[in-house]
Amino acid sequence: MFDFEVLYEARSVSNAIELLCQHPKAKIIAGGSDLLIKIREGKETGLELVSIFTLDELRGVSIKEDGTLCILPLTSFSNVIKSPVIQENFGVLAQALSQAGGPQIRNIATIGGNICNGVTSADSASTLLAWDARLELTGPSGVRLLHIEDFYLGAGKVDLKPAEILTAILIKKESYSGYFGHFIKYSMRRAMDIATIGCSVNVKLSEDKKAISDARIAFGVTGPVPRRAPTAEAAARGKAVSLETVEEFAAAAQADINPRTSWRATREFRTHIAKEMAKWALIESIKLAGGELQ
Amino acid sequence: MSVGKSVTRVDAVDKVTGMAKYTADIFPPGTLSAKIVRSTIAHGRVLSIDTSEAEKVPGVVKIVTCFDVPKNYFPTAGHPWSTDPAHQDVADRLMLTDRVRFYGDDVAAVIATDDIAAARAARLCKVEYEEYPFVLDQVEAMQEGAPQLHEAYPNNILAHTSDSWGDWEEAVSEPGLLCLDKWYDTPVVQHCHIENHVCCAYMEGGRVTVISSTQIPHIVRRIVGQALGWPWGKVRIIKPYIGGGFGNKQDALYEPLCAYLTTVVGGRPVKIDMSREETFTCSRVRHAIRYRLVTYFRRDGTFVARSMEEYSKQGAYASHGHSIAAKATSGFAQLYKCKAYKFDAYTVFTNTPVAGAMRAYGMPQVTFAMESHIEDIAVMLGMDPIQLRKKNLMDVGFVDDFAGTVNHYDSHGQCIQKGSGYIGWEEKRRKYRNQTGPVRRGVGMSVFWYNTGVWPISLEVSACRMVLNQDGSIQLMIGETEIGQGADTVFAQMAAETVGIPVEKVHVASTQDTDTTPFGLGAYASRQTYVGGMAIKQTGEMLKSKILRHASKLSGLPENMLDIKEGKIVHKETGQALMNLGELATHVLYSLEESEHIAAESTYQCKSNAYSFGCSFAEVEVDIPMCRVKVLNIVNVHDCGTLINPKLAEAQVHGGMSMALGYALGEQLLFDEKTGRPLNNNFLDYKIPTAIDHPDLGADFVENPEPTSPFGTKALGEPPAVPGAPAIRNAILHATGVAIDNIPMTPHILFERFKEEGLI
Repeated sequence: MFDFEVLYEARSVSNAIELLCQHPKAKIIAGGSDLLIKIREGKETGLELVSIFTLDELRGVSIKEDGTLCILPLTSFSNVIKSPVIQENFGVLAQALSQAGGPQIRNIATIGGNICNGVTSADSASTLLAWDARLELTGPSGVRLLHIEDFYLGAGKVDLKPAEILTAILIKKESYSGYFGHFIKYSMRRAMDIATIGCSVNVKLSEDKKAISDARIAFGVTGPVPRRAPTAEAAARGKAVSLETVEEFAAAAQADINPRTSWRATREFRTHIAKEMAKWALIESIKLAGGELQ
Repeated sequence: MSVGKSVTRVDAVDKVTGMAKYTADIFPPGTLSAKIVRSTIAHGRVLSIDTSEAEKVPGVVKIVTCFDVPKNYFPTAGHPWSTDPAHQDVADRLMLTDRVRFYGDDVAAVIATDDIAAARAARLCKVEYEEYPFVLDQVEAMQEGAPQLHEAYPNNILAHTSDSWGDWEEAVSEPGLLCLDKWYDTPVVQHCHIENHVCCAYMEGGRVTVISSTQIPHIVRRIVGQALGWPWGKVRIIKPYIGGGFGNKQDALYEPLCAYLTTVVGGRPVKIDMSREETFTCSRVRHAIRYRLVTYFRRDGTFVARSMEEYSKQGAYASHGHSIAAKATSGFAQLYKCKAYKFDAYTVFTNTPVAGAMRAYGMPQVTFAMESHIEDIAVMLGMDPIQLRKKNLMDVGFVDDFAGTVNHYDSHGQCIQKGSGYIGWEEKRRKYRNQTGPVRRGVGMSVFWYNTGVWPISLEVSACRMVLNQDGSIQLMIGETEIGQGADTVFAQMAAETVGIPVEKVHVASTQDTDTTPFGLGAYASRQTYVGGMAIKQTGEMLKSKILRHASKLSGLPENMLDIKEGKIVHKETGQALMNLGELATHVLYSLEESEHIAAESTYQCKSNAYSFGCSFAEVEVDIPMCRVKVLNIVNVHDCGTLINPKLAEAQVHGGMSMALGYALGEQLLFDEKTGRPLNNNFLDYKIPTAIDHPDLGADFVENPEPTSPFGTKALGEPPAVPGAPAIRNAILHATGVAIDNIPMTPHILFERFKEEGLI
């Protein structure tokens, strides 16, 4: 039994927006894998809920005509992972999502929910940031597009306006074409765990595979929100494919992060591990891209 | 022969198909839900509780506070009662308390028609406290000026014991001795049985019945009687299948309160169904114990003098108390020889969750300290750790003067041989000697000491009843409990073996009901196969002799010419089958001349104990920059005597090894230093290893039959959880040269230690 007052089942995206306008205090529920936990713990009680779970129009993964990858937000982790489009071009996203929870959670949890919760430890977050994803948000006054990095406002806070719903996650062709990526989740266990740090890297190499044309890196849990590491990216961009570059990249990543000490881990520990992760994620990405490291 | 075979569990099909009934499956219709209001401070006094808002919640039936309950202080430890007041457990609990001693202590209970109403009302109870300073660490709690938890125990010391033998001063004055003096520390961990504690109470005929997820129905009956201040005969406990216990349910948990709550709502059924969060901190935990070990030894590795200081964290109430620390001292004293020995053991109250029994009762703690210490000595001497142990281990033929327990065999030698072969000890010790890279491997080992039952510390007794059915099958009733370990199955095997019938002809009454089930102490220590086996053997023989008496009358042959084999009465010499047991039972029961309901019941008092020994070997890979340990391979080898059911024995070892992996590498309950609030009382933040964190678990056995046991068995329930953590710790030491002296060896600890040692 869950302690909520009422649940409104949305019949369409526009109906969901209507319901949210009519019930301004209502929370959106999709897979429920986060919200139901909060309700069970008594952190949320007596809620009004608007369920968007049955809106199949918000499910699916496809490539648009212009080559943009479009992941609809109610797609479950399992279905994102299994999607041929993802398997072919975004293996790193499948890799990241595969490490979230257990099979039951991955079957019910949605990628949109993972983003809209706004938690820094979300397993999808660092990878979507590293791929320069943009979010399509639909509300009473229409549709707007937002870079995912701007969507995260603070711990547990996202830029979702009243009655607004995430309706698509988009990655432009130029953001992914020719890029290869690797994700590392550092956690205390090898499954069923929350990330101590998440790190996702992707690179594009020069044609001769000797130089790094572009490198992108994003971390989760090194701050209140998932963030890119621009100093590290700049340290690798245009540099030779070498272990030296890798070390410089990893060292520079430390300048971009600001982890805190909590009972879960100290700042010092997180900083040390983040550097190691940046290093290994870049090495693996370079290998995937066909680069050779001595 | 039924004993020694891996017969299928008698409850296997019911459990995998969901047919088996657990407490939550048999709540009576209309059962009310009780939710406990818990203290939100670690130490203090409740001044008042305002329930006015809570009472307005629709569905609330009754709210009971700490000011309402009877002031019958009762002990909770699941020990047999002692008629000697000096040996009784400390009675320091009330069903609800105004004097709160840990964050989460029980201050009020809301009874409502459903879980949500109860939870809402519980949140609305406004509790006003007078706050006291609190103390979380057991050594700090002993210091002058520390906050005091119980008036009767100055400096929070629940108990202090010490002992010695030999002449310490003389022993340590031997010229040329080396000495190692070191501290080791172990964490607060929890049992994490899958089924949280749950119970349900109702009244009938002026008596109270409690259905409970407990390991010890007969003992809980006594404690409920004590708590209510009722004659024990007015209390009935029913124990259905339970989803694990590991010692946590060897305590009266919420049965007394639940029994009380039904009495305040006119006997309507009331349930207390603990959440996981509550189970973590408001049931029982394992004692965290800190040790200082000092060993004086010769350059050839001979131990000369050994001492131990032991500081055991009791938490807020006495529960099993000093028994845990005391058991650890016996293991420490006996496992290794020396000329002089001494110990001081303290059990100390702290403002933390109550520590009680947990699988292996003090031995995982002391074994981590002792076996780490011995490895450290081996490193100092540059000696092979196995050779060092063999030089000093308890001799074959050793007799414990107090208990009379005898070390009959070279179990350690035989187990070590198997274990070292499995892991490839010799080769890997050499191969991994001089590694330099970021990722290194190592092998380590540990032995252990264990006792089977609790004699002569306390009573060991078991009663059993067998009833012959008219189809030649029997009903077996025993007070010893199935808690997931497979007890019912081995009981059936032992009964079948004794009576002479096939295992499938033994129907074990799995549910204990104190109104009808013969007395037994229940599942604790590692006693049931040993002590229960004695009762089953004795009762089975009584039943068999009754059957043979009738068979003799019916066949005209003398009793000594007859036997029962495979459910048939046979001629002893020719082996000819004379009649089957069903025919005999039907004939006898419905006889118009001499009808008898053929049954047997007896009590067996066990006055012996048995050593159970073995070892663990582990191989690890340590990623130094990533501060991570991966256990590549691990094996436990046990001499638990003759195996009754090899597959179940193997499963028992696997479960214990899994607990040891968590103990070594991840599990610990953490508390906020500022408030005493638990930080990680859930399965996300309390790091039990998942399936993929486990390597293949090796389980092997040496089967030296135990002479004191009718079926040759001795302890296997708890020992598998003992040696894993030090074996892993010693493997990390071998891999990296870094000795880690506190568990769990999390990445955080490895980070600190590798930094200190200059590895990162």
